[in-house]
Amino acid sequence: MKLLPRLGVTAVFAVLAAVLVHAVLNLPEPAVRLGGAVDKALGQSGVSHPVTAVLLNFRGYDTLLETAVLLLALIGVLTASGQVPGSMRRLPSTPHAFLQSLARLVSPLMVLAAGYLLWAGSHRPGGAFQAAAVLAAGIILLYLAGLLPANAASTSSLRAGLLAGFLIFLALAAAPLRNGALLQYPVEMAGALILLIESGLTLSLALTLAGLFLCLPDEFEEEDD
Amino acid sequence: MTPGLLFALTGIALFACGAAGVILAPHLLRKIISFNVMGSGAFLVLVGLAQRDGGVDAVSQAMVLTGIVVSIAATALALALARRLLNQCGEMRFPAETPDD
Repeated sequence: MKLLPRLGVTAVFAVLAAVLVHAVLNLPEPAVRLGGAVDKALGQSGVSHPVTAVLLNFRGYDTLLETAVLLLALIGVLTASGQVPGSMRRLPSTPHAFLQSLARLVSPLMVLAAGYLLWAGSHRPGGAFQAAAVLAAGIILLYLAGLLPANAASTSSLRAGLLAGFLIFLALAAAPLRNGALLQYPVEMAGALILLIESGLTLSLALTLAGLFLCLPDEFEEEDD
Repeated sequence: MTPGLLFALTGIALFACGAAGVILAPHLLRKIISFNVMGSGAFLVLVGLAQRDGGVDAVSQAMVLTGIVVSIAATALALALARRLLNQCGEMRFPAETPDD
């Protein structure tokens, strides 16, 4: 791009930033304070950490749709790469022996940390997404160390694992529909239901996040056939 | 100026830099990274504005957590499409942007 249009674009965005700064500095006082409302209703949510209560109870439909979006993204990645789940790409070179022993040492600890994060989500920062991120990192580490065979999991069980979290969440969210409202868990069972949903989500999200990395298309693979 | 407001203003700066990068950078990988910078700016504005007068707002924090996960998914999809374009056209930029086309 030539110099003049570049300067023009930069100027436009500088003006945009100035307008936004002006708007933020002159915001009126908020009419509703959702933080206070969350704190008041926290006793009915089944967990004692406000962010988890919002994610899985008060605004559970956000999280439900989010897991669907993640699955959709994985389907998109698989479509773009033309692979089926289970046939992951080949390693470019033989991994170093040190990386292999480090991965062997660290991966059980990562599973342990993921379990702790999942449990901690009910009363302090943590939860399904953080636990799934640690698990997915463990899967990718094992793969990069050459310890995870490319087609270890059969396609059907891998697909079931990818879907399980979303389906459990959907079933438990739809169950209170008899009483007229989506995601309206009974107060006394809310804690157990949230833990069940989060356990399913941890497994499925870990597989999905790892799949997003492992199923990216190979470079110039299509010239082989 | 409260720390929350400072976060929001930093977020605006990041958002503007990222938006300019999406348009100015010709390479698709740079566009994707710029898009992520833009997203981080939006998240910072959301979290910062919600706590500009001291209190922590769990609702905006939960929404930003949701947003981060969705942006990871969108980034992975964008990378897969960019890689596909690389395989088919031989370079990671839009064909129309090459000079004298």
